[in-house]
Order: sequence, then C-alpha cells, then structure tokens
Amino acid sequence: MNTVNKPFRKKDAMQLVTGQPVYMDDVIPSDCLIVKLLRSPHANAMVRTINTAVAKKVPGIEAIFTWEDVPQDARRYTQAGQTYPEASPYDRLLIDRHVRFVGDVVAIVAGKDEKCVDKALKLIRVEYDVLEAVLDFHTAKDNPILVHPEDNWESLSPVGADNKRNLCAHDECGSGDIDAVLAGCDVVIDHVYHTKACQQAMMETFRTYCSIDTYGRLNVLSSTQIVFHARRNIANALHIPKSMVRVSKPRIGGGFGAKQTAVSEVYPAFVTWKTKKPSKIIFSRTESQTASSPRHEMELHVRLGATKDGIVKGIDLYTLSNTGAYGEHGPTTVGLTGHKSIPLYGKAEAFRFVSDVVYTNHMSAGAYRGYGATQGLFAVESAVNELAQKLNMDPIELRLKNTVQEGDVMPAYYGAVNTSCALDRCLVKVREMIDWDNKYPARDMGNGKIRAVGMGMAMQGSGISGMDVGSATLKLNDEGFYTLMIGAADMGTGCDTTLAQIAAEVLDCPLDNITVFGADTDSSPYDSGSYASSTTYVTGKATEKCAMKLREQICKLGAELLGCPEGNVEFDGKEVFESAAPTHKTSLSDIAAASQFGHMVPLEATETHTSPLSPPPFMVGAAEVEVDTETGEVQVLEFDSCVDCGTPINPNLVRVQAEGGILQGIGMTLTENITYDKNGYPEENSLFQYKIPARTDIGRIHVEVESSYEPNGPFGAKSIGEVVINTPLPAISDAIYNAIGTRFYELPITPEKIAMAVAKRNEE
Amino acid sequence: MMTIREYKRVESLEEAWQLNQKKQNRIIGGMIWLKMETINVGTAIDLSGLGLDTIEETTDGFSIGAMVTLRQLEQHPGLERYTQGAVREALRHIVGVQLRNLATVGGSIYSRFGFSDVLTLFLAMDCSVELYKGGIVPLREYAQRSYDRDIVVRLILKKEPAQYCYQSVRNSQTDIPVLTCAAARLAEGGYRFAIGARPLKAVLFEMPAAPAEQLAEQVQQQVITGSNMRGSAEYRRHLAGVLVRRTVHELENREVQEEK
Amino acid sequence: MQISLMLNGVRITDEVAPDMLLIDLVRAHGCKSVKRGCETSNCGLCTVFMDDKPVLSCSILAARADGHAITTLEGLQEEAAEFGAFIADQGAEQCGFCNPGFIMNALALFREEPYPTPEQVKEYLAGNLCRCSGYEGQLRGIMNFLEWKKQKEAAE
Repeated sequence: MNTVNKPFRKKDAMQLVTGQPVYMDDVIPSDCLIVKLLRSPHANAMVRTINTAVAKKVPGIEAIFTWEDVPQDARRYTQAGQTYPEASPYDRLLIDRHVRFVGDVVAIVAGKDEKCVDKALKLIRVEYDVLEAVLDFHTAKDNPILVHPEDNWESLSPVGADNKRNLCAHDECGSGDIDAVLAGCDVVIDHVYHTKACQQAMMETFRTYCSIDTYGRLNVLSSTQIVFHARRNIANALHIPKSMVRVSKPRIGGGFGAKQTAVSEVYPAFVTWKTKKPSKIIFSRTESQTASSPRHEMELHVRLGATKDGIVKGIDLYTLSNTGAYGEHGPTTVGLTGHKSIPLYGKAEAFRFVSDVVYTNHMSAGAYRGYGATQGLFAVESAVNELAQKLNMDPIELRLKNTVQEGDVMPAYYGAVNTSCALDRCLVKVREMIDWDNKYPARDMGNGKIRAVGMGMAMQGSGISGMDVGSATLKLNDEGFYTLMIGAADMGTGCDTTLAQIAAEVLDCPLDNITVFGADTDSSPYDSGSYASSTTYVTGKATEKCAMKLREQICKLGAELLGCPEGNVEFDGKEVFESAAPTHKTSLSDIAAASQFGHMVPLEATETHTSPLSPPPFMVGAAEVEVDTETGEVQVLEFDSCVDCGTPINPNLVRVQAEGGILQGIGMTLTENITYDKNGYPEENSLFQYKIPARTDIGRIHVEVESSYEPNGPFGAKSIGEVVINTPLPAISDAIYNAIGTRFYELPITPEKIAMAVAKRNEE
Repeated sequence: MMTIREYKRVESLEEAWQLNQKKQNRIIGGMIWLKMETINVGTAIDLSGLGLDTIEETTDGFSIGAMVTLRQLEQHPGLERYTQGAVREALRHIVGVQLRNLATVGGSIYSRFGFSDVLTLFLAMDCSVELYKGGIVPLREYAQRSYDRDIVVRLILKKEPAQYCYQSVRNSQTDIPVLTCAAARLAEGGYRFAIGARPLKAVLFEMPAAPAEQLAEQVQQQVITGSNMRGSAEYRRHLAGVLVRRTVHELENREVQEEK
Repeated sequence: MQISLMLNGVRITDEVAPDMLLIDLVRAHGCKSVKRGCETSNCGLCTVFMDDKPVLSCSILAARADGHAITTLEGLQEEAAEFGAFIADQGAEQCGFCNPGFIMNALALFREEPYPTPEQVKEYLAGNLCRCSGYEGQLRGIMNFLEWKKQKEAAE
C-alpha cells in the first residue's frame, strides 16, 4: 500500500503549529453581538417573576429573552447529536420556566460588547419558587419529586422511559440462565462499583457564531462534531423549518464527545433569528465545567462467576446511570456498560444486563469518549482482577484462558460474530512490554514506597451498527487534483487526513493531490457525524467506495477520449491507457480538462455506507505505579498498552489517539471528579479545581499495535478513538490494590483514600 | 469578574500608600488571584516602576523586593545555596513558569493565603516583612495580622546557621497543596516547622531537639487542621505527622552526610 | 488610557480600558494565535513573551505592558515552523488549540536551556495543558527536534 498504513503528517498540521487563525473565534467578524446566559442559582425552581426592564436600558443591549419569549407548551427538543428518531427524550425548551439544575438557563442577553452584557446580567431581577431537588441518584427512581413533571415531555424511541418515575430509560436483556450458571460457579465476585461524572475538558470551550445569509437563512458556524444533527436540534429548538438552517464547522479545539451535544448552539441561533443580527456565544471555562455534557455518573453491580480453573461462566450486571436534568445520551450510553464489557469473556454461558437511567437535578450528562463502555469495563475488569487474586492466578493468564476469539459469536454483543480480533496477541505483547513476569504483583522500594502493576482489557465498537451513515463525495478538478467532501468532523483526530489517505490509496495518487472539505450541511454529503468511533470504519468505507466509483468514471471518460471500449482501459493514477497497448494513453490532467469541455461524464461521485456490524477494536493496558503508602500519592511510572484497531490507516495518529486517551483514563482514575455541594452546585468549576493531568503527572506511556484485519472495514481498519480511554481504570486500581492490599470500588482513587486505608489497617 | 476604573503606575511608595488608603483601590501584585475575584477596583496601583524587583544578597542576609517574581526567587543562586534547594522545591509545583514569571513575592506574602507555599517556606526562616508605614515586622507576627492598607515593600531574610527542607503533598503535581511543611534545623539542634495548607494559613511550631518520631507526634497532636474539597482534617493531621518526620529525617541524613 | 508597546517588533499605540487584559489587546491587533482556555491561569494557552520572558497574557493588564516588548507566535513564524514540524511529524499537534501557547513556552525553554532533558522539559512545560496528546508525542517531537538541532549545530 502506498498511502494507507503510513505515518503522514496531518493535512492541517503546519497551520496549527504556526498558530494560524482557523478556529471559530479567529474567523468571524469582530462586530457581532455578544451573547451570554443568565443561569439559575437553584437546582430545582420555578421562575415566579423575571424583570428585565432595567437591564434592557443598559446602553448597547440589543435584546434580552426569557421564558416568556418561548412558548412553554410547544414541542420539546433534545440537544443530543443522534440519528432521528433520537433515543434521547425531547425534554428541553430553549428557555424553560422550570429550571432543573444550578446553571440551567434563565435568560439570554445579547449586546454590543462584553461589558454591557455583563452589566445587564447583573440587573435582571428574578424571583424563584425554590423546589426540593433530587441530588442523590440512588433516590431518583420513583421519587415523589419529579425532574420532568410536564406533560409535553416526549420519548420518541422505545427505551423504557417514563418521566413520571424519573426514568430516562430502562432495559433488560440476557442470554442463558444466569442464576443457574452463577449458582453452579466455584467463585462469584459480587461488588458494586461507582464511577463519577468527568469533564471532557477540551481546550476550546463550547462556542457558536450565527448570522443570516443572502437567502434569509440562519447560518451557524459552530465548534461541533455533528453538523447534521445540530441542524435538527436547532430547528427543533427554534421551531423553524430545517430548510432555514445551515450548520458548518471550522477547526475544532477538541471534542471527545462533548461537542456531540448541541450545548451552545441554540442560544445565539435564537438571538440571530429574532434580531437578524450576527451573534456569538463563547462559554467561559466555568460554564464548560458546570453547564455542559460530562460523562454519566454510574453505579454498576457486577456478579461474575467462574470455575476454580478461572473460566468465567457468567456475568450479571445491573447499571444505574445518572443522566442529570436532561436526557442527552442517557438511554444509549448505559447500553455500552454491558454490551462492551461482557463480550470480552468468550466462554461465558449466560449473561444478564439490566439498566436504569434516572433524572436528577445535576447538570445534564452527555457523550464522553468511551460512552458507557469506560464505566462498564472498570466494573467488569476490576471484578476479573479480583477473581484472579481470589484464585491465586496471574490476571494475564486468566485472561488468556477466557478471551473472545476471532469467529466467536458474541451473545452480549447483539449476537454478532467477532470478525477480527488480536486480543490474545495484545495480552502477550503487553506482558512483554511492561516486564510483567518480573514486576507482578509488587515490589517494596523502602521508605514507604511500593511499586506494583495491574492490567485490564477493553473493547469498543466501530460505529453504531445498522444506524450510522457515512458519506463521501469526490470530484476531479483541473490539472487532476481531487476534492474530498465529507460530513464527518475532524476535531483534531485527523480524519480529514486519514480519509484522504484512503481515497489516495484507491486513486493511486499522492496524498497532496487530495484536498478535503468539511463539514457543512449545505454542501457535505450526509454523515451522522464524528462519534461512536464511526469515522474510520463507516465514513472510511464510504470514501473507499466513492473513490472506486470515481475511478470508473475516470476510466469511462478516458476510454471515450481514447476511442476504445470502457472495458479495455486501465487507470494507474496518472494516466488512462489501453490494456493491450499501454502507450495509447491520456493523462489525468487531460481527462480533467476534457470533463469541463463539452462532455457529459460527471467526474464526481458520492457514496454512502452503513454497516450491519460494529466490529470491536480491542486493547490491553497495564500500569506500573509507585504508591507512597504514607501520603497516599500515586505516580503512574509507566503505562504500557497494545491495541488492535485492524489496519492502522495512519500509525502516528493511532498512537497519539491512544496516548491521549490513556492519559484521560488516568485522570479519571486518580483525580477527575465532579462533586456537588448540598445545594447542587458543582464544585469543580474551573481547571483550578478540576485537575486534568499535567505532563508532570505522568511517567511514560507506551503504545504498540497488534493488527487484526477487519474484512468489512476500509483496508482492514476498525476504530481507534474511544477504546483507548478504557484500560487505565481497572489497570491502575488493581495496581494500587497490589501495592497496598485494599481495593477501591469508587473512582477517583485519591491520595487521601489510599493513605487513610493504609493508616487504618496499620492501626488494626 | 474584576473591573478596574483606573490604572496607575506610581512613582513613589508615598503615592502608592496615599492611593491605597481608599477602600476601593487595590495594589496589584502578579494579579493572578485578584483577577479571579468578583470585584470592582477603583484604582489599580502598580508598583512595577519602583525598582522593587531585585534580590540583594549580603553577608547577613537577603533583601527581596515585593515585586520580585516567584520565578526570580527560584532561580536565584544565592537563595538556592542558602536554603539548600528548599526555595526551588517550594515553588516548582506552582502551575508553570509563565505564572511564576508574573506572581510576586509581595502579592503572596500580603495575601497570606492558607495554601501559600511561599508563606510556609519563609515562616520557617528568620524572615521579616518591611512595611512602608509599619516598619519591619517579623513574618510570624505579620502572618497573624488582619489585612490592612499598608504596603509590603520587601522581605528581609536574615541568614542564620540553619538547615532547611521543604516538602508538600498535592493531589496532582501542579495543584495547590493539601499540606505543606517547611522545616528548619537550627544550630543548637532545635527545630522550626511551618505547616501550611491546613487549609488555614501556615502556623509555626518551635521545638527542641528530639527524635523524628517524637517531633512528628507532637506536631500531629498540636496542629489544627480543617476540611475542604482537597482533603479532610483527619488526613491533613496524618500528613502533618508524615511530613514532619520525613523532613527531620532528611535534615538528619544531610548532617550525617556532611560529617562524612 | 493610552499605551504604547512593541508587538512582534512593530510599535503600536492604542487607547485601552484600564482593565483590558493583554490577551484581548493582542488578539484585537490580529494575533489570533493567542488563545484563552481558562479564567484561572491554569492552561498556558495564552502564553506570550514579555521582554523575552514567557507570561500568561490572560493574567496581565494591557496597561502593564505599556513600554514593553510583546512577542506572540505571529512574530516567531520561522522558529514555530522549524520546531513545529517535529510536533507535526508525530501527529501530536492534534486539535491544535493548545499548540501556540505550548510552542511559545517550548521556545522560551530552548532559549533558557538549549538542550534540556526530558525531565526538564516536563517541568518547564508543566503549565501548558493539552487534553488530546497525552504529552508523549509532544515529548518525542521535542527530543527529536533537539537531536536535529544538535546535529545541525555540530555540522556548522
């Protein structure tokens, strides 16, 4: 292969490292209206009165909108970026008289500059009828206090939702007789695991710019992963026709799923639609931390049974998920806790997976890399590590006895066949990388310091099977360069480049010969968007198919120019020539020119792809930590991992995706947390209080690739973006156990928890 | 959000002092914390034109101007030598060099924040604060004072025959500390321990020579700690014992090695 | 109030509000590489040089920069491209949003310490957060750049 599986620089790399103005706030006019939001100080309240008269008199203020400007009995909408009909309930109004979390929107203020808007925000007078709030997700289901008592709440999909029970979703599934299987097991591990909400904390906060175009339509330029879904979200929120909305994206300063929800879009959209003037909103970091779309807090009850030889026979999982005040991604994330953890164990004879997703008066959760799999894998993999300890077996040996194999049917993965899998090779590789046999389980370094290792496995999906749609358009231009148009969103991941690599491979051309455009609802071919690890696998396949089709068109016109039948020519990327007489040829450049001069053969193709399968990428990760048993501080000295993402389209980008995902997982394990005070105010409201890892927090991260070949993916590829965040949680927590002999079932595992556990045991 | 009505780069300390007597006016140091406050400042008083940004070393000690940045402090070879690396150890965790290029000694000392590494560090030393009107005040006394409208001009650090050691515990490397401990082993064998980030502001313990375990136990028993989102009172008390013991061990080892 | 300063080698004179922050001044003057990532001086995205020292432009008044020389990545394009190419060769720029601040501070490091060790790199750049890369690719890029620089200097 010439371009696939090669470490090309990203197409935008040099622009980014030299600081060129390519992000939303760099490219828009400076004289637009500034939009800011007045947010509720209460977790649950009704706005009794709101007085904006004084605030409106502040010089420079253009408009102030409150619930009185938004019909309260109109159809509700969701901000989730999902395929219609969305699994997430329609439970929002653009401004609701009933505010449901600290930070919910009470008023939208637009003015000529920040100063006047800030001033106006202070002058709005609001009286609230404060209501009792649901702040503990254990008590939410069937609580007499309803987060969504309203009658126009609507669930479009059969996900078991019932707003009169605070239920955003409920599901039950299984295979085999789990109770009988567990009863027959030699060992059953039975624990409840608790993972907390975490922020994606991408460096660019949520932001959107809006204007009215030549045709009177609403133009939205937003930092989003989902231009097409955002168009629907915005039109639904504003109750205007979808035809009146266009959404496009510039470069995005990170997303990790946060921008798979239209968090910021609707507010400037409403302002611009009402005033017909351009406007922008830029979330402060505080807003991005407190009124956004973090990971769902979950509690997972695992019962995992095995034989005394370490064969996992059955897994019973109950997941309780906290979706917060609104249901974005609530019904779907929870599914991954079971469907992307249980299938790892190929010899299990039965499983049961039951889930409840509940509303509370916390900020709404959303999509974050790993999307439920992260939480589920922490629970199941931690249980398996405990099983290994109970059976006095090496956890890697135990895994090798159990892992799902290529060709296995996976009952907990919708009965799909495991079409490509190098999980066993990943296990062997990681054992070697970290020098497991010498380091497991722990070594006392003296001075109260202990070094220990731990590991975990992970899987994810590649797109949503039978649902996600990816498309690509390719056209040939003057002199023979190509334009690739996509609706997928490069958010730093490099999909503009990897998709162009796929096209270049098929078209036999240098990567530089392909320019990429995306994403814009008016001109990109339809794409579900960049989420669910779908871009490489689904849009990549569409790109491959599209390039094949364009090749045919090039041959067709080439043959016409050569005056021979289409079947008699070949194309080598530079020229179309007669197979039997290769010197009888015409160049790509001449074909391109001819296509623009009196011809009817379109040198433009669009292909769309969807897949009935979502082939899982697999990963194994192992951590070596040093625990200071007196202070409780943990240093991750080394994290070694091996990933099977099928063919890596761009090995550099695969590696960096993995390294970045691993560090996010490490943050979730050790420091990152969202806690609420007794009034429901989120305490980690800045990067000062919410600590994402700095480079001094981590030792070294090593990533290797063991490729399987996925027959349904482009050139054998599967996904990489999400699976990478999952292994640090079980790996590090087991390493800490191996260091101090105490297991932690709740994240994050802070120095205090460790030190106090050790101190308590020493006292005993 | 902070707003400022006027900005004044003053030409004398007297001018600064006069302006600072008005309640809504504020002296700006590095502005790191001031910027995060919700505050309407009348006149922001900038001392950066007064030449207070130097560290002067004599045989008796150091004179550290109020506008000296934390970065200057950590990079000063004389201070590095005199404190045996304690200055650097106390400062290196503070966010990053860009922030330490802005944050000032005067700002840190005047603010007397509970989590202040700078306050903890200097409290364990023979250190005084020179105030424009109030004259020279021992830091241990200044630390207890309530906020007034005098101006911190410089820190006066007197050299003494002592050994210093600084240790802290943080939930992550660049976070503010959960607990800090600056220890001084004096010539006659006695100790000073400054314990900060309790999360209340640093306090000083002075103790005669004793085995590390005993010193640790005493401090652990006496220190008053509190709880916040970074740690509980109980954990902090535990850490006070650990850090006192460790700093004493470190200082003892150092002495043993020097004797060799 | 009126201030006058050197921005990337060009004298600019401007009327600014007393509470205007330097980041907003330089962005208004076209230096869009300077990004805001937080309000708490924690992320390092807004790093610029003030008289050759790296500082957080979000935490300093524009008024205070009066009479000083300010440099942003717009003023260091050649250096940025030369060093940045090594980051690009790792794919470690990723979303790119933290890159200008990170590259500014890396260039500051190389001026202070021409051949830093990996530990020195980590410590000096600790105030530059990146959520995409896990920092490992940035470190590889830096070490490769230093090796290249060393060989280039040896050849000269």
